[in-house]
Amino acid sequence: MSYPRLLRRTLLYMGVTAFALWVLVPIFFIGISSFTPRNEIYAWPKPIIPSHFTLETMRFFLNSYGVLNSLLNSVWVALLTLSFTLAVGAPAGYAVARFFFRGREAFRLGILVTRMFPTALLAVPLAVTFIRWGLYDTLVGVALIHTAMALPFAVIITTGIFMGVPKDLEEAAMTLGCSRFGAFARVALPLALPGLAAAAMFTFVISWNEVFAATILTVNNRTLPAHILTTIQASPLYFRFAGGFFMILPALFFMFLIRRYLFHMWGGATAER
Amino acid sequence: MEARLRRLLGTDTFLPYWLLLPTLVFIGVFFFMPLFNAIMLAFRADNGAFTLDYFKKMVADVRFIETLKYTFLLAVTIVPLQLVTALAMALLVNTGFRGSRFFLYLFALPLGISDLAAGLIWLSIFTQHGFLNSILYSLGFIQRPIYFISYQNIGLTFLAIVIAEHWRATAIVLVILVAGLQMISRDYLEAAEVLGARGWKKVWYVILPMLKPSLQSALIIRTIFALQTFAVVLALAGNIIPVLAGEAYFWHFLYRNSHIASAYAVLLMVISIGMTWFYLRFLRSRMEVIRG
Repeated sequence: MSYPRLLRRTLLYMGVTAFALWVLVPIFFIGISSFTPRNEIYAWPKPIIPSHFTLETMRFFLNSYGVLNSLLNSVWVALLTLSFTLAVGAPAGYAVARFFFRGREAFRLGILVTRMFPTALLAVPLAVTFIRWGLYDTLVGVALIHTAMALPFAVIITTGIFMGVPKDLEEAAMTLGCSRFGAFARVALPLALPGLAAAAMFTFVISWNEVFAATILTVNNRTLPAHILTTIQASPLYFRFAGGFFMILPALFFMFLIRRYLFHMWGGATAER
Repeated sequence: MEARLRRLLGTDTFLPYWLLLPTLVFIGVFFFMPLFNAIMLAFRADNGAFTLDYFKKMVADVRFIETLKYTFLLAVTIVPLQLVTALAMALLVNTGFRGSRFFLYLFALPLGISDLAAGLIWLSIFTQHGFLNSILYSLGFIQRPIYFISYQNIGLTFLAIVIAEHWRATAIVLVILVAGLQMISRDYLEAAEVLGARGWKKVWYVILPMLKPSLQSALIIRTIFALQTFAVVLALAGNIIPVLAGEAYFWHFLYRNSHIASAYAVLLMVISIGMTWFYLRFLRSRMEVIRG
């Protein structure tokens, strides 16, 4: 390897390593904090690596009043959100992918624009409406607004997924005697399944992470982020750190599983601008 | 009659609209209705009369000017930093070296991290006995901890928020830019190389101009979301630094006044629309200048 090329290589790897550290070191820090003995969190000077690692801090967090309950709520809301979102959004994604119809482009642009409006603008009036409808402080209520927030992504993502399934295959199935729906269910759906699973996980993460609307729309039935946010001023630092770490775990796991799809998803979102 | 209708609905002319219907209904109920209600809440008194009282109360709040200032400052500081960082990451990864995919996934990792969690992560670094102070101490720079987050050090507190939000939300810009880079045809790059453009020249004269639509989307999307910055600020700095979304939250959650909360939300919407319009206009006119 020639000298300038070697130098360029070295610089390149130094650059990406620096960025990688920038991303990873904070996650590493919150990880350490969550397994540091509670009294050492407040010590000064604090050693960067604690005297010993312990599960006690994490256990304290999980056993704190309201945490387990809100954790279950979060899981339910996220599952409801992904069911609603796919049930409502996937047919639209399929329509945009398969058909040319009047208003197709307007629909695609319009649905993106809805996501550009501030969450506060939806959450505050919906709190008022939900009181009237009996949905205030319910998991379904939170899941509904999360669905509204995730729907634009779901439509865009599923459009991309169904575009990846050749139309010819469905047409072939129909010439062989399948109905329109049969061709979809037996041919397109199985092929789209991995992509749809990725979309579902992405939706799960959106709901799991959402805090503003969840806080505004609940009082007793808080999701985990809403619970942490509303008790934040009163809770000790080790509670907050353990909470922060706990919240990122499933999100990072799902992001890892769907890493291949991430760029397709957004490629579709911005390609046709 | 019924058979004819069924035949009509069964054709591909109507099928796509049926498939869109659930989404359209959902958007109607959970987007347009709250949007309309928010405007109603902000402009209509409980007796139904039109009023500007809620906006007057909002503007008269002692924190209002500060809130507006910090919301804007955060957006105009964070977004350009993110574009530069994400562009650097994207261009490095785009060289396609061994392991570039691995690094790309690493850089995109914060995509899965919520604003609340990011605030808490950086709290563990910036808090009084946090990692930053510990590191500075062990390197011998300080004896006592620096109060990065306090009313006495508003500047440092602001900087902490900028760093946390930059760390969290750069990934989305990266993803948009990488998607944009992937769409640039190899032919252009090869043509550029044949004509002798290499390294920086290729980036500056070929890649950047072709990446412009992606840069523009990223700029608009990120600015709109940066204006809504909320949980990072709250988790990291309590209410030392007020922001618009935070005020809407406090007015609804603490003071139980959904009218004034809606007024803040409407203001946020107006600013978002204004900024988008500004960018579209400004960027297009620049583009025309370059073309002409």
